[in-house]
Amino acid sequence: MAYHFDFIAVWEYREQLATGALHTLGLIAVGATLGVSLGTLGAVSRAWKIKPFDKIFTVYVEAIRNTPFLVQLFFIFFGLPALGVKLDEWTAAIIAMVVNLGAYSTEIIRAGIQAIPRGQIEAASSLAMTRAQIFRHIVLRPALQKVWPALTSQVVIVMLGSSVCSQISATELTYAANFIQSRNFRAFETYITVALMYLVLAFCVRWLLNKFGSHFVNGRKTT
Amino acid sequence: MKSHAFPLGRTLATALLSVGLFATQLAHADVLENIKKSGVIRVAVPQDFPPFGTVGTDMKPQGYDIDTAALIAKDLGVKLELIPVTSTNRIPYITTGKADLVISSLGKNTDREKVIDFSDAYAPFFNGVFGPADIKVESAADLAGKTIAVTRGSVEDLELTKIAPPTATLKRFEDNNSTISAYLSGQTQLIATGNVVASAVDERTDKRDVLTKFIIKNSPCYVGINKGEATLVAKVNEIIAKSKKNGDLNKVSMKWLKHPLTAGL
Repeated sequence: MAYHFDFIAVWEYREQLATGALHTLGLIAVGATLGVSLGTLGAVSRAWKIKPFDKIFTVYVEAIRNTPFLVQLFFIFFGLPALGVKLDEWTAAIIAMVVNLGAYSTEIIRAGIQAIPRGQIEAASSLAMTRAQIFRHIVLRPALQKVWPALTSQVVIVMLGSSVCSQISATELTYAANFIQSRNFRAFETYITVALMYLVLAFCVRWLLNKFGSHFVNGRKTT
Repeated sequence: MKSHAFPLGRTLATALLSVGLFATQLAHADVLENIKKSGVIRVAVPQDFPPFGTVGTDMKPQGYDIDTAALIAKDLGVKLELIPVTSTNRIPYITTGKADLVISSLGKNTDREKVIDFSDAYAPFFNGVFGPADIKVESAADLAGKTIAVTRGSVEDLELTKIAPPTATLKRFEDNNSTISAYLSGQTQLIATGNVVASAVDERTDKRDVLTKFIIKNSPCYVGINKGEATLVAKVNEIIAKSKKNGDLNKVSMKWLKHPLTAGL
């Protein structure tokens, strides 16, 4: 093997890599917050058949879960300007991620809600709890508890999927990788470095969500 | 003994000398004379490089280079014989004398100049920044505060990265199609690409104009001619100059590149 590895050629671009990683984290922070919120709304509408939102969310979930993320992104960035809706690459990326995560988390959270035994809700109302109280303590929290690991995985998947946002010139981590590779032609060194950075990011996000989950979702401290 | 060796040496020397003379005479065989004598000019043209040379539906070569070849043949009053070549074998066709001229979107560089001679430029070929009429940009410095779509890793990308002011935003895309889409959908104010791509896009869409703002790197096309054919070079230059003046070459440019010949050419 005659290939001479040169990681210095990647190190020279460390600033771009750091900025890219921060942008990726920013994307997923906003994307996950809004996406899971949207998913919660969708899940409640679908699980409790709130008209007409249940139908709307059904169409939305099927449309998004059965089309590729890259196509959704291109549609928003390149397609929508034809209708006069011109969004910059960051807005387009965030919207695509929120819309995508929203659809998947609708189904994940709905599974959690539907797993709540009816008797539990009936027991709560017999204790004269208000509808809001029932929803918050008896339905949503236990539902989120049940599906939290699945939800965490979905957030990580969407974060890794945000790499395709490089295609609309959003300067996230993969954009940095492609840029560096187009300058130093060190494909192996560049992509292995970036792969490891994604790995670390994914572990961090998972750890953070676990912490968050055990405090605010699973924990009993706030009740 | 010595007197014997002498005549032999002289004969050899004479023989060598005459061979040498003959060889130089061959090399100096006037191609222009030959063209006129045979009534045919053989021109090497591309067949896979639109809009300079492609094969039409009638299986005949067509394009900017073919029309330029036709102009030259017409002026010389000879029949045109087209030889389809590829970008790798176009120069050998000239050096081995299989073609009289190579009109194959050939750029000039020092390596090529060692092997063949070049005429004056006959077609524009450059990388530049393009945009709509209402954005005033005449040089790299004017890009300050502008967004420019560019294909990552392309010559335009590498050059603009060096010369664009820091406030200019280069939005890099994976391939030419995305770069063009970004510009056409209005996601960027300007686009950096080749003039051939720009005019092809300009022709096919009425969404946005794709007008030349400034040239990043210019490498126009020249006619390639074998070494030592000064008369042919002079004749070709004369024809190119004439067709630039009388507008014939401009018509070719309008037909294939959809824009008039640039002033610098």
